[in-house]
Amino acid sequence: MVLDNKDTRNIWEKIGDFFSANSIWMKWYCTGCGAIEMPPTMTSRFDMERLGMGPMATPRQADVLLITGYLSTKTLRRVIYSYEQMNSPRYVVGFGSCTINGGIYYDSYATINQLDKYLPVDLYIAGCMPRPEAIMNGFNTLIEMIKKGEANGWRHYQENYDWYKKNQLESLGEVIIHDEFHE
Amino acid sequence: MGALNFLYAFLMLLLVFIFQTTLTGLNRKVTARLQKRYGARWYQQFLDIFKALRKDSTSHGWVFDFGVIMALGGIMATVTFIPVAGFRAFPGTDNVFVISYLLAVGMLGMAMSAAGSGNPWASIGVGRALTNMLAYDIPLMVVIFTMIFAFDSASVGQLAEMQQGMGILGWNFFRMPLGGIVAVIALLGMLGKKPFDSFIAPAEIASGPMVEYGGKHLGFMFILHEFMTFIEVSLIINLFFGGGATIWEYMLKYAILYTFTNIISGVMPRFKIDQAVKYFYRVPLAMAIIQGLVVIFTGLGVTIWF
Repeated sequence: MVLDNKDTRNIWEKIGDFFSANSIWMKWYCTGCGAIEMPPTMTSRFDMERLGMGPMATPRQADVLLITGYLSTKTLRRVIYSYEQMNSPRYVVGFGSCTINGGIYYDSYATINQLDKYLPVDLYIAGCMPRPEAIMNGFNTLIEMIKKGEANGWRHYQENYDWYKKNQLESLGEVIIHDEFHE
Repeated sequence: MGALNFLYAFLMLLLVFIFQTTLTGLNRKVTARLQKRYGARWYQQFLDIFKALRKDSTSHGWVFDFGVIMALGGIMATVTFIPVAGFRAFPGTDNVFVISYLLAVGMLGMAMSAAGSGNPWASIGVGRALTNMLAYDIPLMVVIFTMIFAFDSASVGQLAEMQQGMGILGWNFFRMPLGGIVAVIALLGMLGKKPFDSFIAPAEIASGPMVEYGGKHLGFMFILHEFMTFIEVSLIINLFFGGGATIWEYMLKYAILYTFTNIISGVMPRFKIDQAVKYFYRVPLAMAIIQGLVVIFTGLGVTIWF
């Protein structure tokens, strides 16, 4: 990946990024243990709605895919389906140390260790688990990144689709299903 | 009817959009305060809509795309027929029946589009939305027909003007108290507020009809929702709360009624769809029929206060 820090956006993209930064709708992929940190972030103690963030019901409606913790190879398939259903510009946030390097599951046969081999992660929030303070801090960073046009993971995914696809297939393996729907 | 009327209609659409979207944003803050939160910025709803319009969007075929346009067109057309404080973009067309039929174009467009997405949650949501419509419409229509019978007019603007000039007791809400209560309950159902929001239930059926919408489609649906809210609240304001002698009075009444529905919504749990139908057919329908009988056989309500 070649890092290009020049701002090549035109005026419309800048305006669009302003709207995107101030209205972040999230799809929480809550199979990991980090999901438990989201309710206090959402409710009256930390209240993420004041930054324009909120949960949405389906990936189609969402801007951010929030992966809350470890991913088993089985759920990875569903995460990829969910990500590919989202409309660009779309962002991925890895949450907790499990998405960075596997965390305490680093030697498990059933989980993936590094999320950004399979999906373009724009932001990691480290911790096991990150407390709501860390989450709010992390999302402030994401908002700044979107405003500056630095959160380009979705574009990177389009440009390097072959590389991601290869990693995804290697991890998932081939699934052959014998039933009336698949033959 | 000339070019000027169409200019008025266009301006009206623009102002309605700005007014209602601002009010929705303020009401998000009201809901947040009920939950002891700080809440979103007052212009958050604008940011959300423009963000959605900015995104790419996935199509699920011709029916899906066309339904959105048909619904938005139908609803925007309906908005231009609503009389606001004596102002009518197209004079002489503000009939209750015209408005309810045009509203159906929008509703059915939405149903068609959602069903066209092919998602089972969307079909369940549409089914529930139409069941809900059948539930609240019958008590409301009984009350509105009673009113048309009593005052001998089906024009929304005329019905509003008849209530003016007699103070607060001239409002149909106080002349026909049972009917007024039915109308406010039906308004909760129309707006999809709790306890009658089972058709969008986000955690149960993944926001129902909206499940496959994203990006620009979702932006259009949000705009449509603002216009639809305006039509529904305006109907109740005009028919039961005396419309408004001035635009400011109208806007004040509108804001109070809409905020009231949101406050109710903020403290209520959710009915299942069959519970909602049973409730509407038991309590509000009985109240509406009693109100109708009282008006028809005793004349109370038409002449009681003066």
